[in-house]
Amino acid sequence: MSIIQRGLRSLFLGELLSGMSLTFRYMFKPKATLNYPYEKGPISPRFRGEHALRRYANGEERCIACKLCEAICPAQAITIEAEPRDDGSRRTTRYDIDMTKCIYCGFCEEACPVDAIVEGPNFEFATETREELFYDKARLLANGDRWEVEIAANLEKDAPYR
Amino acid sequence: MANDSLMIFWEGYGLPTVIIVAQIVAIIVALLLSVAYLTLAERKVLSAAQMRKGPNVVGPFGLLQPIADGVKLLFKETILPAGANRVVFIAAPMITFILALIAWAVIPIGPGIVLADINVGILYLFAISSLGVYGVIMAGWASNSKYPFLGALRSAAQMVSYEVSMGFVIITVLICVGSLNLTDIVMAQQTVWFVVPLLPMFVIFFVSILAETNRSPFDLPEGESELVAGFFLEYSAIPFALFYLGEYGNMILMSAMTAILFLGGWLPPVDVAPFNWIPGPIWFAGKVAFILFCFLWVRATMPRYRYDQLMRLGWKVFLPFSLFWVVLTAGVVVAFDWVPQP
Repeated sequence: MSIIQRGLRSLFLGELLSGMSLTFRYMFKPKATLNYPYEKGPISPRFRGEHALRRYANGEERCIACKLCEAICPAQAITIEAEPRDDGSRRTTRYDIDMTKCIYCGFCEEACPVDAIVEGPNFEFATETREELFYDKARLLANGDRWEVEIAANLEKDAPYR
Repeated sequence: MANDSLMIFWEGYGLPTVIIVAQIVAIIVALLLSVAYLTLAERKVLSAAQMRKGPNVVGPFGLLQPIADGVKLLFKETILPAGANRVVFIAAPMITFILALIAWAVIPIGPGIVLADINVGILYLFAISSLGVYGVIMAGWASNSKYPFLGALRSAAQMVSYEVSMGFVIITVLICVGSLNLTDIVMAQQTVWFVVPLLPMFVIFFVSILAETNRSPFDLPEGESELVAGFFLEYSAIPFALFYLGEYGNMILMSAMTAILFLGGWLPPVDVAPFNWIPGPIWFAGKVAFILFCFLWVRATMPRYRYDQLMRLGWKVFLPFSLFWVVLTAGVVVAFDWVPQP
């Protein structure tokens, strides 16, 4: 481009006007906004959200208190206490997850031999106090009951790749 | 007897005062509402240029968002920094806000619809807009903190630099009008708006008012990437809101000034049937809104100038160019014997 051309282009604000026309055209493009609380984006079956303890179809809890999840947890967010139940089977008496420590790595569900602890699709569990994020066994089982349909579907979808 | 003197007092002094106060209140309320919705318009225009939706949850289409923002600022705590000079610190936002309001006294929004139709209207406007730098300097100095101080220094230098070329642009218009009265300036544009014969000056004036109001791409005084928030860094709650109102009020004021100087104020584009049915104030508001849209449009497009580039543009490009156009316009007016007769 010769110096005259460049001079004319800067004198008549060529670059400014082409930039302005570009932003003006963008004003009429379809919006990329996701109207979040009312619309949600798709999430993968492998999504690692809020934890849940699952049950078998007959209502028996899956967890056998092997403590593999507690051992592998890199953030040491899981605390388990266990003793034999009246019928002789080994169960947890305490299963706590400190959700403020958890880093959502998914190692606990990888480690679990019976698919008891899983990370479900729910990611909207913000609370007003810190204490509400110290989940106990009852809370985790309740999560499992609430999200069982979605969790089971996700596990089935992901099964061929495992 | 006593009743008589009371009547004289009322008719000579009381009633005009009441009328003027009512007019002032009307102007201020309209202006504050415009400022509130300008902030919403800014967010909407910016988001549209970035393919976003912008605020759309508070009220229909987000129309109540400015009110929510205002209420939020109203209930926040006003923080006075320990090292600040209290009097100046509080006075600075008040000065910014007051200066943005009092300039509206001389703006004619329609034929004869003006609070004070003074003969040196344009000089008054120019003086008030120049005083705006005091609010910024005082805020920066009184905060007693490094970023506000740097922001204030930048702002002072920038506003002073661009006022020079703005002055020359105004002189060019005045050569074509022959009067400093804003109503006369508008009426002189009945045949053709000054934007047509003086297009280069219109561009210079528009860029200069961007710099004068510290708007992008000349928003160095607040340059958030290096100065956090610039001169109003230490402000919160209502003083912060006053700065905000002052800044946006100044934007509207400068747009009104551009509309009067170049876009024919309240005059319709052509004086024929469908256009001159629409009342003047609506034309005026439409023109101001268009220039404000250009403000936001520029903000959506341009990256920020570097400081030495800003100064180079002001002193080495705009100043000689506008000076040349003053001489050229004066020469043409004299050569063709178009000197306006008052």
